[in-house]
Amino acid sequence: MYAQMVKSTGTMKTREEMDERERAFQDRIDAGEKIEPQDWMPEGYRKTLIRQIGQHAHSEIVGQLPEGNWITRAPTLERKAILLAKVQDEAGHGLYLYCAAETLGVSRDEMTEKLHDGKMKYSSIFNYPTLTWADIGAVGWLVDGAAIMNQVALQRTSYGPYSRAMVRICKEESFHQRQGYSIMMKMASGTPEQKRMAQDALDRLWYPSLMMFGPSDKDSVHSAQSMAWKIKVSTNDELRQKFVDQTVPQAEYLGLTVPDENLKWNEEKGGYDFSEPDWQEFHDVLAGNGPCNADRMAARRTAWEDGAWYRDGLVAHANKRAAQRMAAE
Amino acid sequence: MSALVEFALRMGDNTLVLGHRVSEWCGHAPVLEEDIALANTALDLIGQTQMWLGLAGDLEGKGRTADDLAYKRDVWDFRNLLLVERPNGDFGQTLMRQFLFDAWHHPMLTWLSENSKHERVADIARKAEREAAYHLERSTDLIIRLGDGTDESHRRMQDALAYHWTYTGEMFEADAVDRELADAGVAPDPAAMKPGWDALVGDVLAEATLEVPDNHFVHKGGRKGQHTEHLGHILAAMQFLPRAYPDARW
Repeated sequence: MYAQMVKSTGTMKTREEMDERERAFQDRIDAGEKIEPQDWMPEGYRKTLIRQIGQHAHSEIVGQLPEGNWITRAPTLERKAILLAKVQDEAGHGLYLYCAAETLGVSRDEMTEKLHDGKMKYSSIFNYPTLTWADIGAVGWLVDGAAIMNQVALQRTSYGPYSRAMVRICKEESFHQRQGYSIMMKMASGTPEQKRMAQDALDRLWYPSLMMFGPSDKDSVHSAQSMAWKIKVSTNDELRQKFVDQTVPQAEYLGLTVPDENLKWNEEKGGYDFSEPDWQEFHDVLAGNGPCNADRMAARRTAWEDGAWYRDGLVAHANKRAAQRMAAE
Repeated sequence: MSALVEFALRMGDNTLVLGHRVSEWCGHAPVLEEDIALANTALDLIGQTQMWLGLAGDLEGKGRTADDLAYKRDVWDFRNLLLVERPNGDFGQTLMRQFLFDAWHHPMLTWLSENSKHERVADIARKAEREAAYHLERSTDLIIRLGDGTDESHRRMQDALAYHWTYTGEMFEADAVDRELADAGVAPDPAAMKPGWDALVGDVLAEATLEVPDNHFVHKGGRKGQHTEHLGHILAAMQFLPRAYPDARW
């Protein structure tokens, strides 16, 4: 659950092109210091972080929908409780992340509005449907697994509040991943129908999970500045490779087949060779043409619009009480 | 069926069905804090369901687990109050249902935890009471703020109250099961809970500037297995997987 294709603001400057403050800022980053909200920072750094953290937060919020799709249909009370706890955690992650973004001078409401207007994005993965119960297992195993790869790296990101949010989030995400894998274990060792659901979930979610890391480094136009600022600490391809290397043995253990004919262990590089996802599909999904984009955004907008009276009611009550207190004093 | 099994089913079916309803909000609440609070409430209720239905299964002695009871009974065997299966509607309708239930549920659990002569009943009630106290605190606070908020929030809360009101009386109806348990000191006489509920609800509604509806009709039947049309749809979703794949383990 995180950010992809985050546009970085500002062109890369050489050391000579930087002014004194920019040089001092870069020196702090290079020395591994954390940047805190009250510190001076280049405008591009601030804007890029707002985009990245905001997108990450939105992903947590929209990510409630595909999992919420199965809460009412979870097959045991224990699985239902675990899924509820997980979705509650995701909403909590959204809250920490919005708070981290707010330290950069943008409000949660502004970010929400931009999401609803299509001016901010969320991870492409949540535009895919959860069609069977095995998808809830696969989301935990693959999607949270991919998110953890990225988020573990981001614990070292240069912006203090974001880095600290990641430390906390990573602990919960790794629990989610284990729960997802536990569903997959049951499904893969279950009845023929359950095995079919498990394989089908892997078939459908494998490539969308690889897409979560964003385009290949050679096509990733925004990476260089974000890497220099340590907003991003690993490249897309590095993280994708790590994910594949970790996940393939897990699929083998489950007795499931990764849907890639080119998947092969490469002794020389000490990792797997694998097929790239269909990047045209990735761009189509980002452009709004994924299987669930319209439904996801409609659900979020409806929740917000239908809830306006509730939010207004609370504000009005708070104002009344404040006025009463003033009058009493 | 013994009165104790019946009682455990009534308690567990209330929390199961209400937990289901609350969980339907997941990802659709008016503000992020509510998404978190609703998931948390649903989680508490499902956890309580596991305890009550687990007790019912054990006492029944036919080897049925909490999951068997949740997933393999049809509507006529469900023993929940009609109130908890009422549709979510707008957020006000959901909150009002929660408040009217919490104002009964928390005192009920408090009574059981302090007085029940059945050890396991008292033990479950002790665990659940802390959670229900929080539910009641939260729903009370929101009823007051939204009742005394804008004209629109006031109107919506008043409408929600009218919508649910005639479904509250069922909480205080006693039958042979209740009388047997009250005599044995296992559970309170339902009617004895009413004055406290009236006082609490009356105070909160007054502070919320809401009027107590002048309709004394009581819809009932849930505790005997005669439900509204809504419960069948809840079960159709909830029980789909175990029904469709009866040999599967999840």
